[in-house]
Amino acid sequence: MDDLKRLSAKIRLEVCRMLKKRGFGHLGGALSIVETLSVLYGDVMKINPQNPAWEDRDWFVLSKGHAGPALYATLAIRGYFPMEMLDTLNDNGTRLPSHPDRMKTPGVDVTTGSLGQGISLAVGIAKSFQLSEKSNRVYTILGDGECNEGQVWEALQFAAHHKLSNLVIFIDENHKQLDGPTQEIMELFDLKNKLEAFGFAVKRIKGNDEAEIKKTIHQMFEVKNQACCIILDTIKAQGISYFENLQDNHHIRFSGESELQLNAAIEMLERKLKGGGRLGCFS
Amino acid sequence: MFQLAEKQQPKELRAVYQETLMELMEENENIIVCDADLVNASGTGKLFRKYPKRCINMGISEANMIGASCGMSLTGKIPFVHTFAPFATRRVFDQLYLSGCYQQANIRIYGSDPGFWALHNGGTHTSVEDLALTRAVPQLTVIAPADAAQFKWVIKNTIDRYGMYYFRCARKAVPDIYSEGSQFEIGKGNIICEGTDIAIFAIGEMIAEAIKARKILEEYGISSTIVDMFTVKPLDEELVREVSRGKRVIVAAENHSKIGGLGSAIAEVLAESPIEAPFISIAIQDHFGEVGTQDYLQRKFGLNADAIVSKVLEKLNI
Repeated sequence: MDDLKRLSAKIRLEVCRMLKKRGFGHLGGALSIVETLSVLYGDVMKINPQNPAWEDRDWFVLSKGHAGPALYATLAIRGYFPMEMLDTLNDNGTRLPSHPDRMKTPGVDVTTGSLGQGISLAVGIAKSFQLSEKSNRVYTILGDGECNEGQVWEALQFAAHHKLSNLVIFIDENHKQLDGPTQEIMELFDLKNKLEAFGFAVKRIKGNDEAEIKKTIHQMFEVKNQACCIILDTIKAQGISYFENLQDNHHIRFSGESELQLNAAIEMLERKLKGGGRLGCFS
Repeated sequence: MFQLAEKQQPKELRAVYQETLMELMEENENIIVCDADLVNASGTGKLFRKYPKRCINMGISEANMIGASCGMSLTGKIPFVHTFAPFATRRVFDQLYLSGCYQQANIRIYGSDPGFWALHNGGTHTSVEDLALTRAVPQLTVIAPADAAQFKWVIKNTIDRYGMYYFRCARKAVPDIYSEGSQFEIGKGNIICEGTDIAIFAIGEMIAEAIKARKILEEYGISSTIVDMFTVKPLDEELVREVSRGKRVIVAAENHSKIGGLGSAIAEVLAESPIEAPFISIAIQDHFGEVGTQDYLQRKFGLNADAIVSKVLEKLNI
């Protein structure tokens, strides 16, 4: 298993552990972005976990804020805060709330949760770096369901108009939103065509393939004076077949069969990583 | 300290906005000016021509304007954002709340033409609730500049204060209350004139109406204290209690709905104090706006000196 696949497995395991401890959570949308977070925080992004506010760092905006646990697992594994803190997800007074809060969690650059707003914050950050002629890059992940929000399209227009090539926008197209398939709730049609019509450089790739994600990000670095977007073809609850096939897998309350399946997934991931203890800092 | 204006040389508030920013942008390269396709309305065209990179026309997309501006502020920029008051508040309330205040961002929002100032743009463009909305958001400083001198001071003196600020005032000229160069303090009210019988707390253009009303009331032997409560939030609660103590009537005057604005803020303070004087709210009653001239709308909504006088006399059984 290469380093990024190992990191993905670690993130997936820690997400499962966090939600098991809590007994419920946004499993589906958290798991579908695991491989992307692995590539970003494990390889591509310029970061310094010892100094989260490092001026030259790259920024990350989790526009689909309900996937917060996946970001927390990634940040902890990368050493932004102790792994034990993951046990406090959604505890009273926690520093790890459901949705990312930059005032509470080391390494969280931007507060998100109200869908559609993260992408605007991301384009603003990217515009600021463009104005200051700084080399910091900005990455953001939108949900496909999130693209129902009108504000998303306002922000995309802005990114395209201002040719924000220092911003990589991912759309996690896991084909489901809270109430069901996106096709039934609010048809998105062909996102690639739509983005291209907006003036973007667009690639649509498998969202569970670290090597392809990494390669595509590097291809996007070659794009100049044009906004770029990577559409991730993913499966909600990616990586755990029982939950992938579960109809309502946006927010799961674990009991009975789902609890057994979550335990089984944790065991499987632990075996895969050859060790049951808390996984230390990725390096 | 402030000095009251000795003569009237009213200046358009949008010109004050533009000229003050022109001065500030020269010395502070972090200032960014954003507008949502209202550059010609806000008169910021000169800024856009002089600083084409640092002035951004966001197009007609207010939600993205607030969000992107908040994003810029997280990297050290200080965005000044303008649109009409209803679009700067009720249209973008969640963005203002979450991307702005909850996020602890750092932007200045100029919501222009609140209340009757929508004039011939009419009811669709009238905001009678912007103070109610903005007051309810934690950590948002809400300022209603009284005139050109104060608006200029507010723009200049909030630059170095980190946080979210909402300025609500007309684009047009309003009567001068203060002389140029007056100094103020955010969070402190200003006693414009002192009297013994009644207290009038006012904001914006209603200060001039209160001053007119004071003169008429003097003919009835009633002396009035007038206080400019330009910082609507955080409210100078101590001054509200101090000025209200011993008064026969307490008045709040604002170009806003009586629900949730200055009057509500003052009533909240008084309700928790031992002060029992009768209270009058000079404000728009739970109504939408409509098209009209300034004079017509002020009469229609009861937002003028005559309305203040008649309500005070009625309350005092005179």
